[in-house]
Amino acid sequence: MKKLVLQAAVFGVAGVLAGAALAAPEKTECLAGAKPGGGFDVTCRLAANSLLAAKLIDKPMPVTYMEGGVGAVAYNHVVGKRSSDPTLITAASTGSALLLAQGKFGQYDENAVRWLGALGADYGVIVVAPDSPYKTMKDLVEAYKKAPNDFAIGGGGAVGSQDWMKAAIIAKSANQDPKKIRYVALEGGGAVLTALQGGHIKIGAGEASEMAKHHQAGKVRILGVMAPERLPGDLKDVPTAKEQGFDFDWVVWRGYYLGGKVSDADYQSWVDTFQKLAKSPEFAKEREERGLYPYTVIGADFEKVVRNDVKKFKTLAAEAGL
Amino acid sequence: MDLSYLWTGFSVALSPMNLLIGFVGCFLGTMIGALPAIGPINGIALLLPIAYTMGLPAESTMILLAGIYSGAEYGGRISSILLNVPGDAGAVMTALDGNPLARQGRAGEALMISGLSSFVGGILGVVGLTFFAPLLSGLAIGFGPAEYFVLMIFAFATLGSMVGSQPVKTLIGCVIGLMLATVGLDATSGAYRFTFNEPELGDGIEFVVLVIGLFSISEAMLMLEHQASGGSIIKIAGRTFARWADIVRCTGATLRGSVIGFIVGVLPGTGASVASAVSYTTEKRISDRDGTFGKGDVRGLAAPEAANNATAAGAFVPMLTLGVPGSGTTAVMLGALMLYNIQPGPQLFAERPELVGGLIASLYIGNVLLLIMNLPLVGVFSRVLTLPNWILVPGILVLSIVGVYSTHASMLSILMMLGIGVVGWLLRKLGFDMAPIILGFVLGRVMEVNLRNALAISGGDLSILFQSTISIVLWIMAAAVAILPFVLSWRARQVKATAPQLLS
Repeated sequence: MKKLVLQAAVFGVAGVLAGAALAAPEKTECLAGAKPGGGFDVTCRLAANSLLAAKLIDKPMPVTYMEGGVGAVAYNHVVGKRSSDPTLITAASTGSALLLAQGKFGQYDENAVRWLGALGADYGVIVVAPDSPYKTMKDLVEAYKKAPNDFAIGGGGAVGSQDWMKAAIIAKSANQDPKKIRYVALEGGGAVLTALQGGHIKIGAGEASEMAKHHQAGKVRILGVMAPERLPGDLKDVPTAKEQGFDFDWVVWRGYYLGGKVSDADYQSWVDTFQKLAKSPEFAKEREERGLYPYTVIGADFEKVVRNDVKKFKTLAAEAGL
Repeated sequence: MDLSYLWTGFSVALSPMNLLIGFVGCFLGTMIGALPAIGPINGIALLLPIAYTMGLPAESTMILLAGIYSGAEYGGRISSILLNVPGDAGAVMTALDGNPLARQGRAGEALMISGLSSFVGGILGVVGLTFFAPLLSGLAIGFGPAEYFVLMIFAFATLGSMVGSQPVKTLIGCVIGLMLATVGLDATSGAYRFTFNEPELGDGIEFVVLVIGLFSISEAMLMLEHQASGGSIIKIAGRTFARWADIVRCTGATLRGSVIGFIVGVLPGTGASVASAVSYTTEKRISDRDGTFGKGDVRGLAAPEAANNATAAGAFVPMLTLGVPGSGTTAVMLGALMLYNIQPGPQLFAERPELVGGLIASLYIGNVLLLIMNLPLVGVFSRVLTLPNWILVPGILVLSIVGVYSTHASMLSILMMLGIGVVGWLLRKLGFDMAPIILGFVLGRVMEVNLRNALAISGGDLSILFQSTISIVLWIMAAAVAILPFVLSWRARQVKATAPQLLS
């Protein structure tokens, strides 16, 4: 019932190589738990367009939208109504694991679905205004330690969101109580940028792909990337937090899940399809176009990642007093 | 000043597709404005979901909605003049002198003069918007959470003191809007509020649901209730071309009306009805030496018409630069931007020049189109007035339900829309205006989030709300608009009290 089908704009002529190792079902669908244009939409389109371009599916995969509770409505819909539908994949991200850890997806936990795989990632960044006196993470953390009340930290989400978690990590590394951070909940990365420029906040939390262009344009300064290794492209000169002596990552993976009652055979055939997809040149191109960094974890490995994330976030949330 | 955004905008607005969309918007807008029951908010509320579902890009949707908005301000005058029933809220004052003119057999002239002054008001308003908006958007960087919060206080102060004759009902409407805005995910703490464990309520009450319920459904119910329409339509007879002398006589009134309209439009929270009322009374004070106002004076017709069209442009200034609506209609358009995942605010000019520029350019083009359409085609538009309710009411209901379902695809949304519609109908019967509810709803979220963010920055210290120059100026302005009407009415009573003594 609650399904709004907007046909994905798909190019190319389908079905040229019909029967060429078609592991995925004949008819497929990707569910995005948000409005068109958001992160889940990007995730769905990555799968839909690259699967078609790599000729792993015959017919275009339509993207459907079901907004509500940052994916909560879609999660409940899949678990409750389409749990055994092998044709449906649903977009998810680190944010989904975070909400699951906080019990914000309703009565269901992370075991109610089958986690298929992640095809790309973005990473957390810590930014300051371009005229800020702080040039490294160390400068910032030292200054923060001295006068935590002078540092309003802004992010694109509420208390408990990914950006808030990044702020809490900074506070923790400065031996401060995360409960006492002066966190400003703004609406998205654009608002973080404006608030930094206006001097209303001193530190901003955000994501690498979005902030990279502002960093390049001189509108913000990225102090550290919360990734295990340096990111390629615009940010290759920006050191990671780890290089600066702070052991924290923030991986924003973009992945998919299947219904919890999908058979092992169907699950495995999706896993095989994704493995093939990840190796195709068409996929790399599609991923880059969407501003995502390489991050491919599929099948059982991905299930492990999600469970670990949920566990980690539960601890973080408890420490932060949520 | 850097006006490159405007040239980008013209190239967007002049693309064949957007030109057609603009034309359709203006045409529908004039019809919607002419219909006594439906105003620009209804038109926009009904067409927004359709445009969104058709997959129009954001800038095209904004061009369509802006066309409807400006078209409705033109169309409203038609029923005011011919029927003595205002076509929308902004055209109330137009009837005062427009209808007497029509009764004197000068309906054609009245329509042309009001059409011309609408055009002048509209164009001057857009020129103001073109130059004023980038200035304000530069200033907007200085707006932090504290300043935004005080700006909201100012908006509510203007609303309470200026709208209509029932400030208490206006404020109650605002409070209802504020309360509705608290449903859903709390943007600061991330907690769910008043959602009754219903995930669909997690994002709060959907804007489209609220707007269509409050405006379209309740309107349809009111129309069902009042089957017989009272007034009789005056036929357009006599000369259709205005006398040159009349046009010249109106120049001052039109220019003053345009300036007043633009300024009132820029003030957050006030709309066309306030602008036309202020300009009419101002004009009466300045020009009415022979007591001809209210008996068919062309100046009393030109001033409010210029004002309500200038308001439409002025209301875009705070919407595009601060993300704060200047009127009920721009509040709905703000909701439209959010539907497209576009966060309005100071960064909009820099990040989406094609959208802001395209919208402003389309207002220039739209006003020219509307002038061309409205002079010769006024006879066609006046036919709309004879449209029977048995076509109109089911049409509105169908469009409402299809619109809500196509954007949110949920039965709960439709049930909520109907429920809100019934409540809206009851409130309207009790004499409440719906626009303050919408403004309370939109401004309420901004106000709450910014207050809490401001206090988060200061660590709970309230003095942050009085620190910057911007905040202090806004506090003073808020106090002034809240107190001024009382002072004025007290003075008016004093004058009245002393007048008889002087006579005796």
